[in-house]
Amino acid sequence: MGKRASAIVGFTEWNPQRRWPKPMFALDAMAQLAAEALADARFGKDEFDGIVISHVPEAPYFAPSAVAEHLGITASFAEFVDLGGASAAGMVWRAAAAIEVGACETVLVLCPGVPAPRDPAAAPDQLSALVYMGGNAWGSPQAQFEIPAGLVAAVASYALAAKRYDAQHGLDPTVLAKIAVHQRDNALANPNAVFFDKPITIEDVLASRVVADPIKLLEVVMPCAGGAALLVTSAARARRAPRRPVFVAGYGESLTHRSITNMPDLLSPPLADAARRAFAMAATSPGAIDLFCPYDSFTITVLLSVEAAGFCRPGHGQDFIRERDLRYSGDWPVNTHGGQLSFGQPGLAGGLSHFVEAVRQIQGVAGERQLRRCDRALCTGSGGMLSEQSAVVLEGA
Amino acid sequence: MQNPVADHRPVPLINPVSEPFFAAAREDRLVLQHCPRDGFFFYPRERCPKCLGADWSWREASPLGTLYSFTVDRMGQDPSQRSRVPFHIALVDLDDGPRMVGGLVLKAGTAPAVGQRVRVRFERVGGEPVICFEPCPKADSDGSVTSG
Repeated sequence: MGKRASAIVGFTEWNPQRRWPKPMFALDAMAQLAAEALADARFGKDEFDGIVISHVPEAPYFAPSAVAEHLGITASFAEFVDLGGASAAGMVWRAAAAIEVGACETVLVLCPGVPAPRDPAAAPDQLSALVYMGGNAWGSPQAQFEIPAGLVAAVASYALAAKRYDAQHGLDPTVLAKIAVHQRDNALANPNAVFFDKPITIEDVLASRVVADPIKLLEVVMPCAGGAALLVTSAARARRAPRRPVFVAGYGESLTHRSITNMPDLLSPPLADAARRAFAMAATSPGAIDLFCPYDSFTITVLLSVEAAGFCRPGHGQDFIRERDLRYSGDWPVNTHGGQLSFGQPGLAGGLSHFVEAVRQIQGVAGERQLRRCDRALCTGSGGMLSEQSAVVLEGA
Repeated sequence: MQNPVADHRPVPLINPVSEPFFAAAREDRLVLQHCPRDGFFFYPRERCPKCLGADWSWREASPLGTLYSFTVDRMGQDPSQRSRVPFHIALVDLDDGPRMVGGLVLKAGTAPAVGQRVRVRFERVGGEPVICFEPCPKADSDGSVTSG
């Protein structure tokens, strides 16, 4: 049995959409997410004293206090997390850790992912530089080497990892395609998923165009808009929650590099260290996991995560996946909401989607895709270029 | 400040710490920082990333290395270099230790392979050197940088 100091007791999740009908500032989106998550857990406005957030475009500095001000609260814990795709996972365990040490009692994890109203004075080249994700800053090593080499955004970096995997172990494109297809099959049972009504086949994935060798288009997440929030509270307060509390039983995080150029071994992601810590803290092991919800920016991310999390030995992930059925009806369910590949990637809320799904499954409210048994899940986060990775074990009360 | 663009490509944003690397590269020489305890390191910075020591020196390094991985960018996500898609991106482990990122210059009709021997050369973009690699035959190990 793992840690039982804090539990997720409520959530809200906006259906990802390619075009968001009503632009909102992030602060306003957070206020709406907060109201919905509190209502879901039947907590009052004055019953939370912590917030965990990431970048707020309209508050580039002092973001935590801007959020406290906007929500009209006095926060005794206000944490800013900057871990890209691992932010959501990092936010969940920081909320749990803060509650455990007594810094606060109830924390809102807020991940808005909707477009802001158009800035009439925005310079057009500001938008096109977003692809550098800050790498073009004065003094940044990327501005001197990666950007001139054309190594920008994320696709090419993950392609370098996939190519290395191919050279070392031999990459079977049908295994990566199976990951995309089984997650899509899961999304077909999730009306909230952006690809809810669009089945795909292995052949579709293999025939989709190569975007950066060997990665194909249907192996890549599609950015869209949305938002999500979780409410985490102390074990004592979690008892009054309307549904089964979900304990944050163990967690780990590891970071080694920003550019994939400087990743020590492209086939040994930092998740291995993070998952080892998470399992040790939760006093459990990969074999005891009922649901695996890995961050799935690309199919190669899932393959590397299966190995790094310890479900099989490094280099054996393809055999492991070949022998298993990853669907909600299968023997080894993975990302039963469809993963971000098929649910959609609404900014940082995409990373939170893995947690929302695990909570749904553990609480028994996953509808058509409800697993027969789900007491324990492993959720992961992966930011940057396999740069910063987190693992969180969730356990039903 | 951000990367200037020339010839439909971003020019390296050189700063005072990295200037000695680029100054040598302008003369087609590969010069990297060398720590007396930990050997060569790259990218340029003021402390050795292994021991955080500051007693390193700039030293000529071998331009020879092995292709660690590569890809072909076919998307052109960077608007400033979209017109050159498709292009190769390579990670190379130098014989002297550090890993570097750069382009890959191939003879027409040839394909790269992970593990193959390559050598550093410097392209010029907006007059500044940009790292790239070209295949080299195994026997060829005289250690000179090919001028680009």
